[in-house]
Amino acid sequence: MGDFFANIGNFWEFLRHPLGGVACLAGGLLCIVSAIGVLRFPDFYTRLHAASVTDTSGAALILIGMALMAPNWLVLVKLLCIFIFLFLTSPTASHALVNAAHVAGLQPRIGPVGAANPEDEA
Amino acid sequence: MAYFLGLLAALVAFWLGNSGHYKPLMLGFGGASVLLTMILAYRLDIIDREGAPYVRLPQLMKYYPWLAVEVVKSNWVVIRACLRADLDITPTLAKIKTTCKTDLARVTFANSITMTPGTVTVEIEGDKLLVHGLYESGTEPEGFIEMDKRCAAACDPKETRA
Repeated sequence: MGDFFANIGNFWEFLRHPLGGVACLAGGLLCIVSAIGVLRFPDFYTRLHAASVTDTSGAALILIGMALMAPNWLVLVKLLCIFIFLFLTSPTASHALVNAAHVAGLQPRIGPVGAANPEDEA
Repeated sequence: MAYFLGLLAALVAFWLGNSGHYKPLMLGFGGASVLLTMILAYRLDIIDREGAPYVRLPQLMKYYPWLAVEVVKSNWVVIRACLRADLDITPTLAKIKTTCKTDLARVTFANSITMTPGTVTVEIEGDKLLVHGLYESGTEPEGFIEMDKRCAAACDPKETRA
């Protein structure tokens, strides 16, 4: 039985670095996707939606990847702290931006954009 | 007293997790800094529900996994919108009514809406939220009822719930 657990431990040691690498790569890819969205969307409010993909899944996947490759539990605790602070602050930052734009009187573009709107060229 | 012990436990755990040195000298410094922080917090009078918000932790721990699933689902929608050959978004503003009673529950609800990509809370006034969404279908008030209910269950004390 002890042998079995030792085997699982070895297998995990072998597996966690490739897994972490894949997670980091996927997170980086999602950040690029959201940058493409930021460039393509028409106005401030919709661009913020694209940027929030970086905030949530991009950052979370990169942090999970780094946690899988962490050499000891101290690094894990620090990554957990970063995750918690990001989790609490990134929606607040988005809300502050949108609220500032709204208070300053920036009108959002409402209604169909692009292919959904035949009169639109963008 | 419970808030005092909660803050103490959190500070000690934070120090141990971030330091990694366990010589008596370093532990002494750690103890001194925790003590100093406690004294300062006591003098600032912030050892209360907001300074040590651990009472609601069990309920929040039930809420966050559900929120994580929602975030992943709406991430997929926004990623598809970003990469589609033809843009087909329909930006919408909507007014959402919330049943949450306390400030904490309302903040959690508004933060959850902002956290899920594709919807952002623009403004909170009383129990009404102004929400900007990427798709008209994702910004209907019916879609937020379950999140609202779960937020109220996670953060509102029992006696204020309807």
